[in-house]
Amino acid sequence: MTAKRRGAQLGMLAFAVLIVMGAYASVGLGINGKVPSGMLGYGLGLGGLMLAAYLVLAKWAPWADPLLLPLVTLVNGLGLVMIYRIELAGENLASAANQLMWTALGVVMFSATLIALRDHRVLQRFTYTAGFAGIALLVLPMLPFIGREINGARIWVGIGPFSIQPAEFAKLALVIFFAGYLVAKRDVLALAGRRLLFIDLPRARDLGPVLITWGISLGVLVMQKDLGSSLLLFGAFVAMLYIATQRTSWVLIGILLFVGGAFVAGQIFSHVEARFNVWLHAEDPALYDAVGGSAQLMQGQFAMGSGGILGTGLGQGYPYKIPLSFSDFIFPAVGEELGLTGLMAILMIYALIVERGLRTSLAARDPFTKLLAGGLSFILAWQVFIIVGGVTRLIPLTGLVTPFMSAGGSALLANWMLIALLVRMSDAARRPPPQAIQDEGLTQVMQR
Amino acid sequence: MSELTLLLIRLAFLAVLWFFVIAAVGVIRTDLFGPRTAPAPARKPVKQPRPVSKPKKGEPRQLIVTGGPLQGTIINLTETPITIGRANDATLVLSDDYASSRHARLFPQDGQWIVEDLGSTNGTYLERSKVTRPTPVPLGVPIRIGKTVIELRK
Repeated sequence: MTAKRRGAQLGMLAFAVLIVMGAYASVGLGINGKVPSGMLGYGLGLGGLMLAAYLVLAKWAPWADPLLLPLVTLVNGLGLVMIYRIELAGENLASAANQLMWTALGVVMFSATLIALRDHRVLQRFTYTAGFAGIALLVLPMLPFIGREINGARIWVGIGPFSIQPAEFAKLALVIFFAGYLVAKRDVLALAGRRLLFIDLPRARDLGPVLITWGISLGVLVMQKDLGSSLLLFGAFVAMLYIATQRTSWVLIGILLFVGGAFVAGQIFSHVEARFNVWLHAEDPALYDAVGGSAQLMQGQFAMGSGGILGTGLGQGYPYKIPLSFSDFIFPAVGEELGLTGLMAILMIYALIVERGLRTSLAARDPFTKLLAGGLSFILAWQVFIIVGGVTRLIPLTGLVTPFMSAGGSALLANWMLIALLVRMSDAARRPPPQAIQDEGLTQVMQR
Repeated sequence: MSELTLLLIRLAFLAVLWFFVIAAVGVIRTDLFGPRTAPAPARKPVKQPRPVSKPKKGEPRQLIVTGGPLQGTIINLTETPITIGRANDATLVLSDDYASSRHARLFPQDGQWIVEDLGSTNGTYLERSKVTRPTPVPLGVPIRIGKTVIELRK
């Protein structure tokens, strides 16, 4: 039943690049009535990069899922166009050329991961190494000299002129750790232990290492004021525990822990309390005018409101009026110019990427792959939920990147690595099993 | 650039974006329902052999379970081989302690169906004799696998 479907993949990839080029042209036509001169450069750049990624994939992971690469290409390309559009409008911090360079590095990272990691199951051997690496990456920005504080969050590490966010890579390492650990311990976690009311409690010694890792990562994140990432890790932790043990009680415990934690954090930390206030009373004029108030959030809402169902058209709205419209608030910026119709299409594309990941998890034969693919797809979906929920005021806003769209190098690199891991696993899951030896008997019959 | 052109570009872009999503779903679709083109070629070979196969009276059409817990089950024979065993992906899934997970296999060859034991623990029997190598199955001769008895019928 499974086929390689290379033709479909190449076709969809070309389609995605064409849409991105169309979007560039549309931006130019919308702003000053002519096709921008850089369109061919950006289009060919993106096309060449993706062709390279495709060739690597065809050579080193021929059975991989045909849709992952085209879908990611389109989201990444639309992000590039939006950043280009905001840069054209005079926003100094947005740089489409930078983003294209990071995309190129992301593709290099993708290819390197695929070439270096021929069998993802070796990652299981590095369970604890991955756990320690994850924690080390989280702690890195706290260290003197190399740590940097930008926009009130100390989550950056400076290397020369570049700043990277090690937390983005830490989440990959921690998901690998959770997967490896839970595979080894899932039976004891699910079966051993006492039963309290209707909830099965596991033994403390089985859960210890996971809880410690989780506690350290959350503690570090709270101290660094990186709420988005701590919510992301918490969700990934609960979801993977649920996938491994199939106990609904874990989800209940997780939600209770989270609600309790959020309430306590809201009481203790002023920056968490401020986030809650902005979320609940965003329309309050006093809060709108306050420093660090709800102005940014409301600008995003105004943008989506003026976009309406069909949007203002690329290059014809005012998305650059939203502070940070090229990074955290790229989603409302797209919403203004492409409208609800465009946003839904983009959400569908994310949903399809996640669906391919979960499908890989279902098709995989060994539990480690199932957990890893499930966990990685979940953090991608959870990330989209946290940021989109934040900018649409469904949940309190926590700074997180929109995967593949927001300007930001570290997130782009880490997410391309995530896709490389999913591609590697889907290659293993879809590869047909070797032919049975018994068939040789059949040959003997035919010789008779 | 007139308002109308820009409006058309805007609508066309959204339409193309959604067309991409639909095309992607179309690629996925084969995961769920199999390739769309599958039924068409499958029908043609069936139509053509029918007049040819009619004169050949010995061609079996169905596999019938005549004994055991699954008694009465009928499987229509096509060109594809049939696997029998306790494994979930077998064509005929047995819940029988005496059957192996991949017990036996039936496959067509030159208009004959051939039974082959896949290294089962308790063996496959064609009438009374144990199947040790791939053996042609005549019509109406019982094949015994654990408690299950199957036959080929027209």
